[in-house]
Amino acid sequence: MNHLASSPAVATIALLTALAVHPSAGAAPPVVKIDGSSTVFPITEAVAEEFQKARKGAVNVTVGISGTGGGFKKFCRGETDIANASRPILKKEMDECAKAGIRYYEMPVAYDALTVMVNPQNGFIKSLTVAELKKIWEPAAQGRINSWRDVNPAWPDQKLKLYGAGADSGTFDYFTEAIVGKVKSSRGDFTASEDDNVLVQGISGDKGALGYFGFAYYIENQKKLKAVAIDAGKGAVAPTPESVENGTYQPLSRPIFIYVSEQSIGKAEVREFVGFYMKSATQLVKEVKYIPLPAKAYTGNLDHLARKKLGTVFGGRNEVGLTIEELMKREAQL
Amino acid sequence: MSPQSHPTTTNDAAVNEIRRLIARHKTWDGLFGLLGIVTLLSALLVFATLFGQMLVNGLPHLSWEFFTSFPSRRAASAGILSAWVGTVLVMLVTTLVAVPLGVGAGIYLEEYAARNLLTDIIEINVTNLAGVPSIIYGLLALGLFVYQFGLGQSIAAAGLTLALLILPVVIVATREAIRTIPQNIREGAYACGATKWQMVAHHIIPYSLPGIMTGVIIGLARAIGETAPIITIGALTFIAFLPPSPFGDAEHLLSFEWLLAPFTVMPIQMFNWISRPEEAFQANAAAAGLILVVMTLSMNAIAIWIRHHFRKKIKW
Repeated sequence: MNHLASSPAVATIALLTALAVHPSAGAAPPVVKIDGSSTVFPITEAVAEEFQKARKGAVNVTVGISGTGGGFKKFCRGETDIANASRPILKKEMDECAKAGIRYYEMPVAYDALTVMVNPQNGFIKSLTVAELKKIWEPAAQGRINSWRDVNPAWPDQKLKLYGAGADSGTFDYFTEAIVGKVKSSRGDFTASEDDNVLVQGISGDKGALGYFGFAYYIENQKKLKAVAIDAGKGAVAPTPESVENGTYQPLSRPIFIYVSEQSIGKAEVREFVGFYMKSATQLVKEVKYIPLPAKAYTGNLDHLARKKLGTVFGGRNEVGLTIEELMKREAQL
Repeated sequence: MSPQSHPTTTNDAAVNEIRRLIARHKTWDGLFGLLGIVTLLSALLVFATLFGQMLVNGLPHLSWEFFTSFPSRRAASAGILSAWVGTVLVMLVTTLVAVPLGVGAGIYLEEYAARNLLTDIIEINVTNLAGVPSIIYGLLALGLFVYQFGLGQSIAAAGLTLALLILPVVIVATREAIRTIPQNIREGAYACGATKWQMVAHHIIPYSLPGIMTGVIIGLARAIGETAPIITIGALTFIAFLPPSPFGDAEHLLSFEWLLAPFTVMPIQMFNWISRPEEAFQANAAAAGLILVVMTLSMNAIAIWIRHHFRKKIKW
């Protein structure tokens, strides 16, 4: 290529074309490719970090945040080895994967508690019933429910300011389905953001605020926020690791998953990574402020792998209010 | 012209009238100057506040380890190694592609192209392209570079995307620079028997170089902060390893494997840190922002220096 070197344009184009035709094999370490939900990201990132440390650079791991939907798209095209998902795989995505011949292992890795929050100066709200939350968030509330008194006459006439997850997130999908009863059905006049820190700022700076997001953000900002206990008919339950574990924090507890491609599990580095994931999950999940599953859930995942139990136990539908115990029973049926 | 026929008193009155008029106009002059200063200062003040806040938050976090560590879930040990290496490599590809293509296109349009409908259409399109939102380039690149050309989510794909993005800027800057060269330089070259290429190579390119370089740097300074198109083509958020070294083994002196390596860049690393729940990561983001601003400012400084340096050499 020496004679071309004088013309960088020609050289570059020739080079890129050559590379496009012959992707180099090289001796670079193998890469485990992961993409998907930003909710699952902190867990997978922690595992990836520890795994790379343990393997001393012999295996590389990349983690992207395209969202649960975006992650499944790449996964079903065979571009990634593992998809991070904050909800079960949906029918449409199952079809897409089937069309491309991608089969997968479904592995629940942790629980998250969607937490409803108010400003710490709000003295009159200790708990909210699901019905009250529905009254606040349903599409019909737009323009009608503008102050706390509109929700419950016993409460002061303070302006109600709402903060919630962006419409593209799995969090929004889950919350609307669990509270309003229909996925993506929500009033539109609230501050929506994919960046939960924007919501934290909003709720902590606004006396009449109410909002929801993942448990980890609440734990890190406990001084600025006040979590509301949720009453689903059996008394008010505050979001805590314990109430999620024993299944009483309902209906806002949700399992989060990784999906592992059957093709990829044939690769030694992916198999090793998944093994490492399940072994270290209990500790790392806790460290990034999510709620770990019982140990037998993680061994169960590995057992599915060993016995080639492919597919999903959700049949392509999201499901709300599933307790850890119910999830475990369900996964055991695979 | 009629001869002066007014008595002196009327003359004085007229002079006074003119003086008043001038004074009034000068007031407007002064007011506009004041308005200009206020506008300028408020813009600077906003920038200074933002930059100052970033300094306060980020500076304590800057250390050698910050540059040499990979991202981590622990804020204290997280660094920007993969991000700054990614940014530098992507910029390298962008420069290598955008500069020859953009400068070549600019020279062709100014010196070679015939004035006809086709040239007009090209011109209008180049100008319009400069105003297209960057996410559109990202979508185009996702289809073309990532899937069609099979480059994947790689440094090469990102570099090519940003090259497309800044191509209009480079072309326009090149043309502007060439237009400032007086026509008689060209005629002088022809008179001495130069061919068109000799005229372009010996005169047009060297004389327009300062302007071209300025345009290139402005384009690159824009590209370095771009996030949207890079996210669209699939840059990663967690990546704790470096692309393969560009210096190969004894057999192949240079290795180009890094072009196809996965990557992340500084703005994406910042974005990820900002959206973390732990407050400590906000300081990391500020520190990374500081580095990014310094990178951009130093690119601008280089542009100014180059302009100054090359202008001194031109003697006509």
